[in-house]
Amino acid sequence: MTIPASWYLILAALLFGIGAFGVLTRRSALIMFMCIELMLNAVNVTFVTFARSMSDIGGQTIVFFVMVVAAAEVTVGLGIVVAVFRRRASTSVDELSELQG
Amino acid sequence: MNHVAPLILVFPLVGFLLVLLNGRSLSNRFVGALATGVVALSFVASVVALVLLLHDRAREVNVQLFTWISVDTLHVPVALLVDPLSVTMCLFVTGISALIHLYSTAYMKGETDFRKFFLYLNLFVFSMLTLVLANNLVLTFVGWEGVGVCSYWLVSFYFDREAAASAGKKAFIYNRVGDVGLLVAMFLIFTHTHTLTYQGIFSSTSLLSPTVATLIVLALLLAATGKSAQIPLFNWLPDAMEGPTPVSALIHAATMVTAGVYLLVRMSPVLALSSSGRMSIAVIGGVTAFVAATIACAQKDIKKVLAFSTVSQIGYMVLAVGVGAYGAAIFLMVSHAFFKALLFLGSGSVIHSLGGEQDMRKMGGLAKWLPLTFPTFLIGWLTISGVPPFAGFWSKGDVLTNVFAHDKVLWALGVVTAILTAYYMSRLFVLTFRGSERFREVTHQHDPHESSLVMTIPLLVLATLSVLGGLLDLPWAHGFSLTDFLDPTFGFVAATPTQSTVLQTGLAIVDVAAALVGLAAAFTIWRHRVESPRFEPAFLEHVWYWDDAYDAVLARPLERAARVSNDVVEDRVIDGAVEGLGGSMRRSGEGMRKLQSGMVRQYAVAMVLGVTIIVIYLVGRVR
Amino acid sequence: MLAVAYAFPDVLVFACAALLILVGAIGVIAMKNPVHSALSLIMCLLGVALTFLAQRADFLAAAEIIVYAGAIVVLFLFVIMFLGVDKTQHPHVEPLVGQRWLAGVGVTVTVAGLITLMANSHWVSGVLSVSTGGTALAGGAGNITQLGDSVFTTYLLAFEATAGLLIIAVVGAVLLARRERPLDLDLDLDDEVEGEPSPAPDDDHGTMTPGDLVTDAATPREVSS
Repeated sequence: MTIPASWYLILAALLFGIGAFGVLTRRSALIMFMCIELMLNAVNVTFVTFARSMSDIGGQTIVFFVMVVAAAEVTVGLGIVVAVFRRRASTSVDELSELQG
Repeated sequence: MNHVAPLILVFPLVGFLLVLLNGRSLSNRFVGALATGVVALSFVASVVALVLLLHDRAREVNVQLFTWISVDTLHVPVALLVDPLSVTMCLFVTGISALIHLYSTAYMKGETDFRKFFLYLNLFVFSMLTLVLANNLVLTFVGWEGVGVCSYWLVSFYFDREAAASAGKKAFIYNRVGDVGLLVAMFLIFTHTHTLTYQGIFSSTSLLSPTVATLIVLALLLAATGKSAQIPLFNWLPDAMEGPTPVSALIHAATMVTAGVYLLVRMSPVLALSSSGRMSIAVIGGVTAFVAATIACAQKDIKKVLAFSTVSQIGYMVLAVGVGAYGAAIFLMVSHAFFKALLFLGSGSVIHSLGGEQDMRKMGGLAKWLPLTFPTFLIGWLTISGVPPFAGFWSKGDVLTNVFAHDKVLWALGVVTAILTAYYMSRLFVLTFRGSERFREVTHQHDPHESSLVMTIPLLVLATLSVLGGLLDLPWAHGFSLTDFLDPTFGFVAATPTQSTVLQTGLAIVDVAAALVGLAAAFTIWRHRVESPRFEPAFLEHVWYWDDAYDAVLARPLERAARVSNDVVEDRVIDGAVEGLGGSMRRSGEGMRKLQSGMVRQYAVAMVLGVTIIVIYLVGRVR
Repeated sequence: MLAVAYAFPDVLVFACAALLILVGAIGVIAMKNPVHSALSLIMCLLGVALTFLAQRADFLAAAEIIVYAGAIVVLFLFVIMFLGVDKTQHPHVEPLVGQRWLAGVGVTVTVAGLITLMANSHWVSGVLSVSTGGTALAGGAGNITQLGDSVFTTYLLAFEATAGLLIIAVVGAVLLARRERPLDLDLDLDDEVEGEPSPAPDDDHGTMTPGDLVTDAATPREVSS
């Protein structure tokens, strides 16, 4: 008997929670990006798990696309981080609060 | 079919459009000739229409042009009603307009706005003919407003003069008050008969209860007092004399101001339903005639005297309408158009010769300098005074005879007014043409010059008409008189008791006596005088303080109310509401902006908490 | 207990994967040094790849290692090195009041809620789920065939769209990373025409700023003087 889907799902939920907590507490934009990658991977795990439990290749396909989008996101995001760092010599997001009310 | 009727309208319209569209490329001379020519053609068309009508047994022709409004039960055609009344009106309107157009080509020579003047004048003639020829009240109202706006433009023709501009506004506003009356009458009629064509209304008068009929008549009376300058709305007419003199002659004496009388006469079948309404009309007319005549006795401006005289004469017409003597009213209207146009054009000639002076105290002794104006003016003076055998004697006698049969008090008022009429006109005549030459200061010692032939020809024609106008309606010419011609168009009124020839002759003698008394009094008083406070009391000179009364009763309280609403309502209530709303928005915005910390992690926390709430909800639901 | 219900190798694989994932993830958020965080991320991603393998997603497992661990994390490391932020950040005082506390409560409650859902819902078990009618997932090369069929038939439009997205992302990244050159090229030319020597690149910099790496001496200078 294979491992039940709920084990993986719970694992994914924990991973997601850790990622989310990181996004909320770390100030460095780079670390926040990594945490976002964690959250995306948590989602990927659930997709793959459901693909298995439902015998549907669609779930894996979505993971494929998520990877592509994540790659694009990291490219642009890191570009922004570099551009911001040039202006401020810092990657802390707390300093980027010009748009406050 | 009377196919010539539309042509009466088309000619002035064509003239108006030609001048409107190519005004700048046409010479003044051509514009004058064109404007006069089209009105003359319109007159010819009117004559043809008359001839055709005389050969028509029906004596009533509808010329349907097209449908204008057709909504549910409201059907308003653009259609002309050719009957004795409208043809009579057309004839004298176009005839006198043509003469006055001719006169104006010389009088207005050298004006910068020469073309504009004729533009307005042609539009006026078109509107007046629309008013007269329309076969329904809506189209009549179009003409009614058309002549009103032309009157406004022409009164304030010299708009760079403060007095002219405000006189135009005054005329416009007084007329608006009257227009409300016409609109109300139209509403009432439509609610009860569901038609607005004259023939439709007249064939369904049985649908109008006495109360409604009285209300309609009173509303029509209000309309007539506005347009025809009757009490209580007569004040605009004297001020309207700020316009050029030909305009005063055409619009404010001969044609437009009689539109109110025309309307009442046209609606005579409705008037027939309400004796109390007719009584109100008669009283308004009689009182206006008297009041205006007293005021005319104390005016110093030659045109003002003529203006109040016009008000007074129209009062006679309204009086005649009130007693059901519609034929007499139209007869007086026509003859009044002749002699009042004559007097105005004559006074225009006098003013022209003195280089614009209108104060009678600075005239005098002009008889010898104006060889053509003087005799024609003399005829006009005798005509309006009621001296036989001129037209005024017959027409005024006709009115007074009818009034006598109806109401003795009003008749007495009419006779007193006749005395006053003869008196103030003689005063005007004496001060202008007799006595010492007081104009030297005005003309800088030059001799006054007679006007050109173009201006005197209309005077001669009008003088001839004034002399012969009485032939239209001689009391003993049964079957061939104007009254008999018009009679089919009038609504039934309790028959005037036939008066014996003796009585008629007696009344005629009274009229003549009244005229002679007025003449004699004027000559005695004014032969050697220029001004006399005793005979020109300030009360009369200031028009019975009528304007001041309006000022105190209406204008000032309204101004105060406007100021209050400006200072209090506008500032506190309206501005307060608007600014309060804006302020509360701003304050709530000030509060809300604190949420926007600019800290991206704080936003993320908010998002996560939102997700938390959703998850909690889901957990609760899936269970 | 576990051994009774499930085959021991499966449990072992899951345990390894879970260990890798959780330790790696906690490492990402706990490490002070960003480089260490990135390395922890690799560890975590390996664990994820392991779960993929265990669940018949062979291709995705490979892609996970190549794309994530190979490309993306390397990109992170490159940027970290490039910006010179691979030092311990100065411990700042947390500027947001209650941020850590709120985050902890929110995340904990959310994860607990999710776990509750998964433990109780019928759609988690897969037993009652309605299969979409697809054939059972194949392992190994079969998986690649299935995935390829799916991507190039059912999801073709999405696939093409991601191609566009990638192009745009690359162009955007280039634009963002490029240092804006001031429009002084003409002035430089003019200066040379007039015989003035163009200013020499500043070599007396004690330390190279990161910007100098990318912008070859085209920094704005007082060319107008």
